[in-house]
Amino acid sequence: MAEHSTSQHSSSPLKTYFAVWAALLIGTYLTYKAAFIDLGHFNAAVALTIATTKALLVALFFMHIKGAHERLLKLVVISTIFFLFILLSLSMADYLTRFRT
Amino acid sequence: MSDSPAAAVHAHAEIPALRHHFATEEQQRDASSLGMWIFLATEVMFFGGLFCAYLVYRFWYFPDFGAASKSINAGLGATNTAVLICSSLTVVLAIWAAQTSRRALMLGMLALTMLFGLAFLGIKGIEYKDKFDEHHVPGASFSFEHVPVPGHPDQYANPRHAQIFFALYFIMTGLHALHMIVGLGVFTWLLIMAWKGHFTPEYHTPLEVGGLYWHFVDIVWIYLFPLLYLIDRHP
Repeated sequence: MAEHSTSQHSSSPLKTYFAVWAALLIGTYLTYKAAFIDLGHFNAAVALTIATTKALLVALFFMHIKGAHERLLKLVVISTIFFLFILLSLSMADYLTRFRT
Repeated sequence: MSDSPAAAVHAHAEIPALRHHFATEEQQRDASSLGMWIFLATEVMFFGGLFCAYLVYRFWYFPDFGAASKSINAGLGATNTAVLICSSLTVVLAIWAAQTSRRALMLGMLALTMLFGLAFLGIKGIEYKDKFDEHHVPGASFSFEHVPVPGHPDQYANPRHAQIFFALYFIMTGLHALHMIVGLGVFTWLLIMAWKGHFTPEYHTPLEVGGLYWHFVDIVWIYLFPLLYLIDRHP
């Protein structure tokens, strides 16, 4: 988020840091507020979308995945997400289809 | 001991040494971060198993999970989310301070990070105490009788299913709190290193690697908060 930001260390990254921090706090507020509105099945979807956006902000800007020059890093991050996806999706493909309701 | 390579090493020796198996300081830094990222990958799978168990039972016992989730203080959970987000900001500010040779700011931000970490654990403690008082801790004295299911005031939650929710709640938040305690240990060490003047704009890899761990623990909480505290809150 924040204007297409500072991938180098030289130009002050402070603006990005504070913008991300503000976005994270707003996201937390929205998550909290949205939980008290009846959106039916979409309550969980909204909560998880906001959480994933927040996690991405932390990973990209605070953990510096954005602007990282180490290519192996991207391999590690992408394979982590991939294996987590396998763990969750294959398990759910089993458990959610096991019983007829 | 040959002379010329030794001299080359000594040129770096003051910024702690560039180890001879790395070509450049940048490569050495990247290797350290990469090591932490690989550790974090194992952590993702570690927590992933718990999230998977949570998902299965949440789908099976959704009404009971909703009722149990509603009994937790969501305000405290939201506050703790904000506290951790602030601590992540102070971590990046501490690293920025190290990069720009601002010693006082670096020490202050590290101390503030730890303070936020302790505040998080304190708030967590209050929350746990409530659960103990209400007999919501799984075990012999567990009790969750006659608690209506959200949206169905005439229907009571099944205490056995609610107990599964609370077991997951305590294991997941407990494991997360354990990670916070480890993080506080790491940051105590970082604060001491910073106090002794070990970190310079050229060398502050421990701060960056410790910071990666701290941010990861923050990300886990970002997911735990809505999943455990906000399952079915609307009136």
